[in-house]
Amino acid sequence: MRMPTPDASVLARRAEIVNALRAIVPGEGVIAERDEMRVYETDALTAYRQLPMVVVLPNTTEQVSQVLKYCNEVGIKVVPRGAGTSLSGGALPLADGIILGLGKFNKIVDIDYANRTVTAQPGVTNLGITNAVAHEGFYYAPDPSSQIACTIGGNIAENSGGVHCLKYGLTTNNVLGIEMVLMNGDIIRLGGKHLDSDGYDLLGVMTGSEGLLGVVTEVTVRILRKPETLRALLIGFPSSESGGDCVAAIIAAGIIPGGMEMMDKPAIHAAEEFVHAGYPMDVEALLIVELDGPEAEVHHLIGEVEKIALTCGAVSIRISESEDERMVFWAGRKAAFPAVGRISPDYLCMDGTIPRKQLPLVLTRMAEMSVKHGLRVANVFHAGDGNLHPLILYDANKPGELQAAEDFGADILKLCVEVGGVLTGEHGVGVEKRDLMNHQFTEVDLNQQQRVKCAFDPEALLNPGKVFPQLHRCAELGRMHIHRGQLPFPDLPRF
Amino acid sequence: MTTHSNKSVLKPADADQALEAVRWAISEETPLELVGKGSKRKLGRPFQATHTLDLSDLTGVTLYEPEELVLSARAGTPLAELEALLAENRQQFAFEPTDFGPLLGGEAGKQTIGGVVSCNLAGPRRVKAGAARDHFLGFQAISGRGEAFKAGGRVVKNVTGYDLSKLIAGSYGTLTVLTEVTLKVLPAPEDTRTVLIRALDDATAIRVMALALQSPYEVAGAAHVPASLAGALGVEEVAGGAATAIRLEGFGPSIEYRAGKLRDLLGGFGTVEFLDRQPSLVFWAALRDVKPFVSTPERLVWRLSVPPADGARVVADIKGRLPGAEAYFDWGGGLVWLAIEPGADGAGQAAIRGAIGLSGGHATLVRAPDTIRASADVFQPQQAPLAALSARVKETLDPKRIFNPGRMYAGV
Repeated sequence: MRMPTPDASVLARRAEIVNALRAIVPGEGVIAERDEMRVYETDALTAYRQLPMVVVLPNTTEQVSQVLKYCNEVGIKVVPRGAGTSLSGGALPLADGIILGLGKFNKIVDIDYANRTVTAQPGVTNLGITNAVAHEGFYYAPDPSSQIACTIGGNIAENSGGVHCLKYGLTTNNVLGIEMVLMNGDIIRLGGKHLDSDGYDLLGVMTGSEGLLGVVTEVTVRILRKPETLRALLIGFPSSESGGDCVAAIIAAGIIPGGMEMMDKPAIHAAEEFVHAGYPMDVEALLIVELDGPEAEVHHLIGEVEKIALTCGAVSIRISESEDERMVFWAGRKAAFPAVGRISPDYLCMDGTIPRKQLPLVLTRMAEMSVKHGLRVANVFHAGDGNLHPLILYDANKPGELQAAEDFGADILKLCVEVGGVLTGEHGVGVEKRDLMNHQFTEVDLNQQQRVKCAFDPEALLNPGKVFPQLHRCAELGRMHIHRGQLPFPDLPRF
Repeated sequence: MTTHSNKSVLKPADADQALEAVRWAISEETPLELVGKGSKRKLGRPFQATHTLDLSDLTGVTLYEPEELVLSARAGTPLAELEALLAENRQQFAFEPTDFGPLLGGEAGKQTIGGVVSCNLAGPRRVKAGAARDHFLGFQAISGRGEAFKAGGRVVKNVTGYDLSKLIAGSYGTLTVLTEVTLKVLPAPEDTRTVLIRALDDATAIRVMALALQSPYEVAGAAHVPASLAGALGVEEVAGGAATAIRLEGFGPSIEYRAGKLRDLLGGFGTVEFLDRQPSLVFWAALRDVKPFVSTPERLVWRLSVPPADGARVVADIKGRLPGAEAYFDWGGGLVWLAIEPGADGAGQAAIRGAIGLSGGHATLVRAPDTIRASADVFQPQQAPLAALSARVKETLDPKRIFNPGRMYAGV
């Protein structure tokens, strides 16, 4: 993976930089020993590793501001980091950059049931927010699979999703306010406990910006009351087409389930052999439909979904009759990644989104690619919103297999774009999909995005080498070519 | 050359012509007023523009796949046309956009989808379904650099690149010329009903709405209208006393069940009544479109966004400072529609923004004569670092300040 060339002049000043950072963040907050920095050398995209120049773990927003201001003034690159659970290499260090870890920002600041909000420091875990309000019957809706470990600050950076997105939205639909620090040290508050930001929706731009625009130091999210009832159906289909038809028919009936997940045969088998959830082994596609809400509604909709499934050719249907049984239905799906990890030394988890109706075509083409690249693939699919997670099985110890897996993954993502979808639904571009961005966007599109970065970080010091395949200087991006008096459309109506 | 508000009008027939018009304006360094059907033309600060770029000929649905919950249309397509198409498929834009036409002295039903998105509109369902920004998946646009570009996509779950759709939603046409927009659509509810609790004061109403919104009964609207304004909504059943309204939507059996649960939960606060489907639809549309203030066009109308639990406190504070002020509440108290007397000093901005104060939130002067909107801060003034950042963002998309310059903030 090509990363920005380390700046030799910065590396030469390392000792001076470490001292300057220690003056801002005293004590153990600055880590400069190689062995101690080792835990920061990668994130959940473990194929890539790089020791940072130094790690800084500030305690306060003021320290974050001073660290960024210093780095901005002397031209040092900064990689922000939460829990390091990014699947796209978003927190991959740079040899000449600091890691700015927000792990010490781990407190819940305010719980406000009257306004239905929680304000937390960015290092609080996603599940930590739900846990803080669960005793009152509330929860925070976005639930990425890494929710035990991933932080709410990282969720903002990645606009994290989860299995309940279709009904409850992604992070961006559930965050109300943030405090953030710009590279120049400016501390800015966006939004709050009210429902909409004033002025430009910079909160919306920050969410999903992969740590390239600013460092989040506080987050206010909305919390929801837990549904009265949750029940799930486990539905087996003889083909992915009939499974896909069923998903479409459920939505066409006006039903938006809390969760709707599909697995293909390899994923079903891997999961079943791992957790023994009682999944049918003779089906080509397995659908979990979870209905949540008031008791009367769930009772009504379970019957509706069952009828729809039968019309779509379901060959097996189970309906959860207890909370335990519902959890068992989910156990296999939730363990799908580790289950695949059991049957293969390594796997790559991809993350494209496609228009749902393209699923059969995409699965067929993926099977062809599997033959071509000589690697197996298992699929789990957030069926409601078209977010596909192909798991490519490989063995890093076999020469060439990592490369083959990456090539296979790239082919899948290009296919997603080709059928009208996108490169990433919830894992982010990071370094992993950076060089594929040209398949989805033109140079004009990408340059415009980079110009927005220039408004936040004109020296391009915040998390460079991520998201954009080419780095341009802001001065270069700012140039305009104006052709005076040219009117190629002389027939443009003028009144 | 015909005139339209004393400005010459450029009316492109398609996105290519719009691009040429923008390139011409850039080369002439002449500002453009961007309009669709003009229903929100009086929203924002008055600004100087020698030419109008009329986008109302950029019409037509370019993609609608009901089972994929997605619709794309050219930016000048009338909202009403899209809503009719969605209704045929029992779907809707769940964010329920406000129609500002009548409030601002125009007709109802005129606005375009581009205008709806540009002003990030949201109706009473905001508490459950979000605003236009939450449903805005992607767009094609022309930048103030004279380049056609796109962002986002047609799928709901997409984190590829910056979410520029959010930036454009609510930018009031100051950043780009939208030419095509893609939105998420959702099933329309099978049925709807409203639970009314009568004769509550503002503070109690806020508590009652909080209880409803904290409940698991999937409230799709929570509003409170004081007695003085209840009659102006045009719903016979509501006139004659303060009404705190909790909207339920969904499948028949579910509504029946939840209505009973809410009656049990809230019955201790006041008399509980129910509005059936038809009066319910009329009630929430009137509330959404600020009907209580349409018939008194001389009054200034403010829109306040505050933490919901603070709504009654903020309004009581304002009433103490501005005699004659009247208000009603949506979004469980988080959205306050406020009318004040036309002579108020500085359009009441000091009193109103002072009352919001430390609660956090903001106030927008929605209806006032041009002269007042030219001198008052129509949008909430921002702290210096945020104002500077917003100005830099404007610079990236519209460096020559061609698009609606100064409509939100001077110099932006």
